[in-house]
Amino acid sequence: MNPVEWFNDLSEGVTNTVFYSVSIAGADLPLIVVWLVVAGAFFTVWLGFMQVRGPKLSIDLVKGKYSDPNDAGEVTHFQALATAVSGTVGLGNIAGVAIAISLGGPGATFWMILAGLLGMATKMAECMMGVKYRRRHADGSVSGGPMYYLRDGLADRGYGTAGKVLAVLFAIFMIGGAVGGGNMFQSNQATAQIVAVTGGEDSFLADVPWVVGLVFAALAGAVIIGGIKSIARVTEKIVPFMAVLYILACIVVLVWNISSIPTAIGSIFSGAFSPEGVAGGAIGALIVGFQRAAFSNEAGLGSASVAHSAVKTEEPATEGFVAMLEPFIDTVVICTMTALTIVITGAYTNPDASELGGVALTSNAFETVLPWFPTVLAVAVVLFAFSTMISWSYYGMKATGYMFGDSRLAENVFKVVFLVFTVIGSAAALGPVINFSDSMIFLMSLPNLVGLYIMAPEIRNVISSYFDRVQSGEVQQVAEPVH
Amino acid sequence: METVVVGVDNSDASTRAVEFAVERAQRNDWKVVLVHVVPWSPYSFQTPSENEHRAGEKERETALAREQILDPMADIAEKGGVPHEELVKHGKPSDTIVDVAGDASAVHIVVGRTGDGGLREAVFGSVASRLVQHAHLPVTVVP
Repeated sequence: MNPVEWFNDLSEGVTNTVFYSVSIAGADLPLIVVWLVVAGAFFTVWLGFMQVRGPKLSIDLVKGKYSDPNDAGEVTHFQALATAVSGTVGLGNIAGVAIAISLGGPGATFWMILAGLLGMATKMAECMMGVKYRRRHADGSVSGGPMYYLRDGLADRGYGTAGKVLAVLFAIFMIGGAVGGGNMFQSNQATAQIVAVTGGEDSFLADVPWVVGLVFAALAGAVIIGGIKSIARVTEKIVPFMAVLYILACIVVLVWNISSIPTAIGSIFSGAFSPEGVAGGAIGALIVGFQRAAFSNEAGLGSASVAHSAVKTEEPATEGFVAMLEPFIDTVVICTMTALTIVITGAYTNPDASELGGVALTSNAFETVLPWFPTVLAVAVVLFAFSTMISWSYYGMKATGYMFGDSRLAENVFKVVFLVFTVIGSAAALGPVINFSDSMIFLMSLPNLVGLYIMAPEIRNVISSYFDRVQSGEVQQVAEPVH
Repeated sequence: METVVVGVDNSDASTRAVEFAVERAQRNDWKVVLVHVVPWSPYSFQTPSENEHRAGEKERETALAREQILDPMADIAEKGGVPHEELVKHGKPSDTIVDVAGDASAVHIVVGRTGDGGLREAVFGSVASRLVQHAHLPVTVVP
């Protein structure tokens, strides 16, 4: 059996287990999606609607208004957020949204946005905990994330063994998520895009997509094994630029079709509650919307908590407020832009939508207004994919490090395995890759959310006591120096 | 006792700036504050592993700046027999030097005309010219 067949079988087995669904009103509702949405709703209420009350504080924190000037030179709130966002913003925002709308109709957008707003509360909780329970090493470096708050936070409450088990489970799933959604899916879609712009089926790469995978693996390997920082730096600098360019292109398409905007928004709302031609009706639209939002903004999965925990702050709550902006930027802004572009141009009505796949659908939408944009989009997709791979290779490496006592050998073995899957991802078909990616990524939410529920009283304490101290003036902004 | 702040880096002009400041300090009974600013922006984009190691990196940068830049400059002040203090800061050099001057209630800022910024200075202008434009206290630029 060749590796691709082997992978397809593995994917099917895992997917059927993780996405165990119950049938509601003719639509299959995967319980894992319910799990994430319920968590978002719970933390929204539990933390007192911080999505509404907190954004001003979040933005002030990102601007450095509460940062001690003596901390200059260390990781700022802005940097932690930017790093986490560049790991999060990726193909989910381009391909994932297109898939959602082709399956769930325009109404899926509505549910996606709602899931993004709810996800802000979950993200706040997990990233605050990541900072609170992070470990500082002798060389000044920090490790944080669900592994640490699950183990140490639960141990503090007398659930030491349960905490250890959950932490290890989380680490295993995060390794799977890193290899799947953070790697194979990215490699798969980026390869598809490169094949498409070099001539589609006639492309010299069409029969040998693994060559593209090899190039990706070589570049990623140069960064994560070779420690070639320049490649990572270039990516980190171009990605925000591409994100801005992407949003501008969306705006151009929207302005071009400005007279259709009311109809598009109307179809998003009507499609949310009474869609036509969508399997499972409103519930069907809701499921795909929620599922794609969760995959895109990662709220409740715990991954971002690892990236956020490097921030310099004495108040863990601050990073909770900052991290809350992430699902907003990712889902409420970027995903919605993609969705509007696809809905307004009618690209999702293409009868071949399901065969075309995510990126091609989005690409078609842009092409109606900006004929040259597919090439730029191809570059953006490749860069987003690459930066997401770099971030997830880091998450996977930290999870491996956690399980093997920060052993260098184990971390290097992980990196090699990661790169092998980069190549497999480029050659495998989209369906099994998406399913496997989703499965692994969603599994992370099991141990993570169980832990967050158990520690919910502490989470609320830390967040609201900080918020109250800011409101009462006990925590003051740092005075702006006079130049 | 009044204070003069000298912005220093790895350049010859910096050495001359310190010599100049020390000589004025002897005559005016000033204290000399030598500050080196490691260029750093709170709004840069970094990889997760760079962030993980940032705190340690800052310590290394600070130690290196003390050893390679500030210690030799402090010797000049020591030999000149004036009270002195050395600081390493992270930030935008011109703004940070002004902040340090403000914190120390300094009466004067001294810097070398050209620093060790090379291409960055050629493109974005030197720290000295920014200081001259933005500082709210007298600035002496030493050639």
